[in-house]
Amino acid sequence: MKPTDPAITWLEEKPLGLAERLYLPLFISGLTTTARHLVSPKVTVSFPEERPTVGNPLIYRGVHRLNRDEEGRVKCVACFLCATACPAHCIDIVATESPWPDREKYPESFQIDELRCIFCGMCEEACPVDAIELTSLLDLTGKSREEMIFDKEKLLSVYDMTKDAEPMKSTALGGTL
Amino acid sequence: MPVVIVDGQEIEIGADERLNCIEAARRAGKEIPHYCWHPGLSVVASCRMCLIETGSRDAATGKITMVPKLVPGCQTPVKDGTVIVTESQTVIDSRARVEEALLIDHPIDCPICDKAGECLLQDYHFEHGQAERRADLHPFTSRKRDVGPTVTLFVDRCIMCTRCVRFTREVSGTGELMVTSRGAKEEIDVFPGFPLDNKLAGNVVDLCPVGALGDKDFLYQQRVWFLKREANVCGGCSAGCSIHTEHNQDTVYRLKPRENPHTNKWWMCDDGRYGWHHLHDQSRVLAAGRRRDPGRNGHGAPADAFDAVEWADVTTRLRADLKAAGRLAVAVSPMLTVEEAWMLCAVARSIDPEAFLAVGHVPTVGADETFPGGFTIRAEKCPNRKGVEAVVALFDPASRSWGDLLAHVEAGNADAAWITGGYPGPWIDDATASPFANLACVVVQDLFDSPLTKHATWRLPAAGFAERAGTWVNVAHRAQSFGQAIKPPAGVWPEGRLFWNMLGRRGLYDPVAVRQQIAGSSAALAALAGEIPATGVDLRAGQLA
Repeated sequence: MKPTDPAITWLEEKPLGLAERLYLPLFISGLTTTARHLVSPKVTVSFPEERPTVGNPLIYRGVHRLNRDEEGRVKCVACFLCATACPAHCIDIVATESPWPDREKYPESFQIDELRCIFCGMCEEACPVDAIELTSLLDLTGKSREEMIFDKEKLLSVYDMTKDAEPMKSTALGGTL
Repeated sequence: MPVVIVDGQEIEIGADERLNCIEAARRAGKEIPHYCWHPGLSVVASCRMCLIETGSRDAATGKITMVPKLVPGCQTPVKDGTVIVTESQTVIDSRARVEEALLIDHPIDCPICDKAGECLLQDYHFEHGQAERRADLHPFTSRKRDVGPTVTLFVDRCIMCTRCVRFTREVSGTGELMVTSRGAKEEIDVFPGFPLDNKLAGNVVDLCPVGALGDKDFLYQQRVWFLKREANVCGGCSAGCSIHTEHNQDTVYRLKPRENPHTNKWWMCDDGRYGWHHLHDQSRVLAAGRRRDPGRNGHGAPADAFDAVEWADVTTRLRADLKAAGRLAVAVSPMLTVEEAWMLCAVARSIDPEAFLAVGHVPTVGADETFPGGFTIRAEKCPNRKGVEAVVALFDPASRSWGDLLAHVEAGNADAAWITGGYPGPWIDDATASPFANLACVVVQDLFDSPLTKHATWRLPAAGFAERAGTWVNVAHRAQSFGQAIKPPAGVWPEGRLFWNMLGRRGLYDPVAVRQQIAGSSAALAALAGEIPATGVDLRAGQLA
């Protein structure tokens, strides 16, 4: 689009009034904000001794998990859509024929490099079977880079760990199971 | 010249051309969607996707009379005055209904379907389908059936275009596939005990416009949108089929035929299609090495017997070794490109002006095999014998063969030998390799270790077909140029790069520059000058007149 495009409306900046030019009223309003925060309740948390509260776990983007279906099998169908959507290229999937008659393929290996991940949530958006989800687990630490590459078993164990506290989002959000 | 009117646009076609409406419209830049029609197969007009409006213009009065109903574009030939309408509301509605009908029976399992991303049902639905569904559709898992050792049939994904059935009847001539049942219960199947097992079987997967036929070699390996494709030439035999090498992160995942009316038309054989696995074989020669003990007849494992040599040193030390040894004999492998062969000859002659140059071993398996559709698999399992012969003849008119070179070495007329290989499989036995034990210096440049490696002073890696860049000349004198599709494994210099550096040229190996030089210096290869079209050039073209 060029600056001369008729779709663009150009606005002129308003000239400064007397109050703005005097600077004093703005100075006072800024100082009022500072003073207000001096007396308002503190929001800073001394992590990790104190745990922050997650406002809404449904929209929080923490550690990934791989959901299980009713029979305890991994829900993922190895369609690679999360890996396609991932802007950080941190998902690596090896697909193979599934051993179950009702499913065509499943992930033989499913790895997420949590260090490379930017926690944007695109994988969750892309998943057609709601298999990958971001939990509200927020403190992710490890002693080595290898440890931070989560494989299928580890991602499934995150589900086992969080499924009671955080049921599958799809049902909560009215999505498909 | 006959004139055809496509959506009001007049186009001229050749007087003796026999085109249908799809082909004529394509000339006018209009794509008529179609599933069942394929230029290489007979016409059945069963998918109804190419329905269009046609009519004719009276030559005398200029009055246009339209046919009152829609006709299949694939089955309707055009002649002078034919009027084709591809974008009327009737045609648009018809396409949308065909798409709707196809989708009623379709599993809609696109996320797990290997065809997703290159599926005509997806593409046409996006382009011509309705925005809203009128039927209550639910995704389901398609039934799966083994139809042959290399092909799996996903029964419910099939749209019954019968391209695969016609292919096995008309091109491969084997007729394994058939249609069973009738109406809405129609299915593709094979007769019990007669699986789809012929050397062209893989083509039915390419022909399938949807995900019904899957290649077991590629199934579940990679989503197609991750693949990058490079126009390449198959190195499996001397037919020189035009192919696309489809790869991701320097790993080849599949080969697909590339349309070329002069060589393979639309097809390729399974030998070539699956003939890329050796590229990623762990047992490949992956580093340049020079034999540690000067006695040279040590038979130890290559890793123990050879010292790794940096490539920068190979160029100088190899030259010094060969020069010190004396009379040089060189086998120019028919797996090399014309450019590489020419540079190898130039390097050899710069080391020993009297160097004995011969075309390397030409592997042959059985006899040429021609299918009823005209496709031929050649017995000669190397892609560039004609090209290498032409290049060697430039340096040495005696045009010697691998047999001549063996006799030359056996007679004790050589002190050093440089054997280039690049063969994907075993090609030489102990007895044939034994005369090389008596030479002062033997350079073996190959993909894999062979009995020759035991006698090698220098063990150099070679590049596979997708790792090369240059020109190959097929059995019918058609030269096709191609670029490097994937990088060779770490530690491997393609032959072209080594020869380029040994010639003391600066910068990166530039096959086009070498090709222009060859074309300028030889009448036989003059056709290689300039840009080579994607379908190649006939080397004899300029010499006929």
